[in-house]
Amino acid sequence: MRNTFVVYVDNKPGVLNRVASLVRRRAFNIESLTVGPTDQPMVSRMTVVVETDESGARRIESHLYKLVNVRRVDNITFVAAVSRDLAMIKVKATPETRSHLLQLVEVYRARVVDVAPGSLIVEITGTEDKISSLAEVLRPFGILEMVRTGRVAMARGEKSSTEGLAELAELQPAAPLS
Amino acid sequence: MNKTGMNKTGAEIIWESLLREGVRHVFGYPGGAILPTYGALARYDIQHILVRHEQGATHMADGYARASGGVGVALATSGPGATNMVTGIATAMMDSSPIVCITGQVHSKVIGFDAFQETDITGVTLPITKHNYLVTRPEDVAPSIREAFLIARSGRPGPVLVDITKDAQQGSCLFDWEAAAPRQPAYRPNHTAAASDYEKALELIRASRRPLILAGHGVLISGASRSLKTFAERAGIPVALTLLGLGAFPASHPLNLGMMGMHGEAWVNQAIQEADLLLAFGMRFDDRVTGNLATYAQNAKKIHIEIDPSEINKNVQVDVALIGDLMEVLDVLLEDLQPVDSAAWLGHIQALKGDSAVRDIQNLPDNGHLYAAHVINDLWRETRGRALVVTDVGQHQMWEAQYYHHEEPRSLITSGGLGTMGFALPAAIGAKFARPDAEVWVVAGDGGFQMTMAELATLAQEKIKLNIAIINNGYLGMVRQWQEFFYEKQYTATPLLNPDFVKLAEAFGIRGIAIHQRGQVRAAVEAARQDPGPVLLDFHVEQEDSVYPMVAAGADLDQMIRRPNPIVETAADA
Ligand SMILES: Cc1ncc(C[n+]2csc(CCOP(=O)(O)OP(=O)(O)O)c2C)c(N)n1
Ligand SMILES: [Mg+2]
Repeated sequence: MRNTFVVYVDNKPGVLNRVASLVRRRAFNIESLTVGPTDQPMVSRMTVVVETDESGARRIESHLYKLVNVRRVDNITFVAAVSRDLAMIKVKATPETRSHLLQLVEVYRARVVDVAPGSLIVEITGTEDKISSLAEVLRPFGILEMVRTGRVAMARGEKSSTEGLAELAELQPAAPLS
Repeated sequence: MNKTGMNKTGAEIIWESLLREGVRHVFGYPGGAILPTYGALARYDIQHILVRHEQGATHMADGYARASGGVGVALATSGPGATNMVTGIATAMMDSSPIVCITGQVHSKVIGFDAFQETDITGVTLPITKHNYLVTRPEDVAPSIREAFLIARSGRPGPVLVDITKDAQQGSCLFDWEAAAPRQPAYRPNHTAAASDYEKALELIRASRRPLILAGHGVLISGASRSLKTFAERAGIPVALTLLGLGAFPASHPLNLGMMGMHGEAWVNQAIQEADLLLAFGMRFDDRVTGNLATYAQNAKKIHIEIDPSEINKNVQVDVALIGDLMEVLDVLLEDLQPVDSAAWLGHIQALKGDSAVRDIQNLPDNGHLYAAHVINDLWRETRGRALVVTDVGQHQMWEAQYYHHEEPRSLITSGGLGTMGFALPAAIGAKFARPDAEVWVVAGDGGFQMTMAELATLAQEKIKLNIAIINNGYLGMVRQWQEFFYEKQYTATPLLNPDFVKLAEAFGIRGIAIHQRGQVRAAVEAARQDPGPVLLDFHVEQEDSVYPMVAAGADLDQMIRRPNPIVETAADA
């Protein structure tokens, strides 16, 4: 099944490579991987989605912890969580199809962020299913280009998952890590 | 040297840092990108050993680490110097050996421009190091080296590489060792097992009637041999060893069963299959010790004591995991450990021994030929089992494990996880630097020896006393054995045309002796021991002998191939 890991790592060059290399080396397939800053300047947050079973998920988690730059790994697959994907879809638009397209955009609660004589760019945020479904609906009109960010996820509730990382984050890095 | 807060070049800081980490020997090979560091060496009290190939430097550092329990250091230039280290680094990684490799790198301004001798060695070694660093500023030299040592030796040890650009070596900065204290917030090598897990483990031990300890390399790394002995004796539980665990428990101890696995003792593998409790101490259920996982030790509950959490339930599902330093965990268990009612079980294992043919040294045809088993057995007798033996990879490695009975921790050094041919000679040189008083023997095959035999020059130049036993069977013997068993005896690419090893040794100014008959073995070993200089013994052994017993790759552990038509079936030592 699809497992979603939230991985907190040192915000240093090369760390993304270390994480990706580890997952590959242990013969897992990354379905999506996103990385970005957190509210702690020293810490980056990754969302890694991997198709594997329960023991595979445990293996990934324990191997990730062996990376010197990995601060915490949360497997939120079975945790109540909000997960989102963002996509931009450039679709062909003719005077005949344009209004139909705008209706569909409305139905999906997507937004038009660019209008050109022969095309529209539609932006949509939502679950991966919802985005895939919109893409299917737009396909007959002619998709010129599509980009998706991949899943980002966050556990529900008031608990802050970055909380424990704050004091660690105060430490300065010892050296740039490759 | 303890003065800190002085302005120094990056090159000087490298040596200052190494000194403070307790380094006295560095194995290396110079080149352009590391020259600033070599330029500063003369001012420091560190002995540099010039190797003949950078792979040799890494194996020497590895041998040094395994012999001493400390960290070994290897030094090389960028590009080809660094890539030559790859095999040695991977070897150290697989066997959890703490080494620090320092490589020169091209000037930071030209990184990424395919400069002369530029190789992305941190990229190359990413999956085969515990961690690595690219250092581009002199300010980062000391903190990186300090961290490298910490990471290499703590938790589950392993290799760390520090790649330092030429400008970081040449530039200067304030050197302040105190300020360079390691700060890796996320690195947590230490674990403490939960009290409830200790309870569960003790409960399983109490309930067991057929318990068996599987002792691995972790016993040696943790320094837990004494605790293991106390544990086994107090509980009355027999001990089986992995290849890398040999020496962790005295071979002559009544509770020692011997080696497990592919070429382990038949009765050990049988006992594993019949046990009702396995206590895995610092071992990782490698495929060479488990055979077919689906049928492995189906009757046994399993307790795994291991410092690396990622090893738990990796190959074998266990009932209780105690994550932590083995010695600490054993010492906690010892507080409440009671004797187990294992008398019937011990008697049963004794009976299994009688049924085994592994002690087949007596079964070898008495045709005047020299067998490798004879050589190893005589070497063991002559050295009274007290030598530090460093083996290469192949049949001779397994015969050594079967017929040299190791009594002491760190008395066998061998490449287990990676099985790196060419390991023995350089690793032995490193071991000798770590333990100058030890009687060091290399046991190598005629194939593997040729992979790194250039280090004979290092041996000669450094005037090191160690002895070399080449088990010369004219074949890549272990591969020939697989061809014999599994590929219709098609001996493709395994027969060797060898140099005259005696003359070869002599070309390096080293004494060589050729041995063809069993009757000559002990005298030759004795001659080598008496000689103040290194001696190479070229043992011409039976060419098409095989290692028995054998569990074919992936077969059930108790499905062992035995020596055909044994002459005697006996458990008695030859
Ligand atoms: C570097 C390397 N290449 C290939 C192998 C595969 N291999 C394993 S054992 C062996 C034969 C070793 O021959 P030799 O050194 O003569 O020892 P013997 O088995 O004859 O005792 C080979 C080729 C290896 N382990 N390491
Ligand atoms: Mg051979």
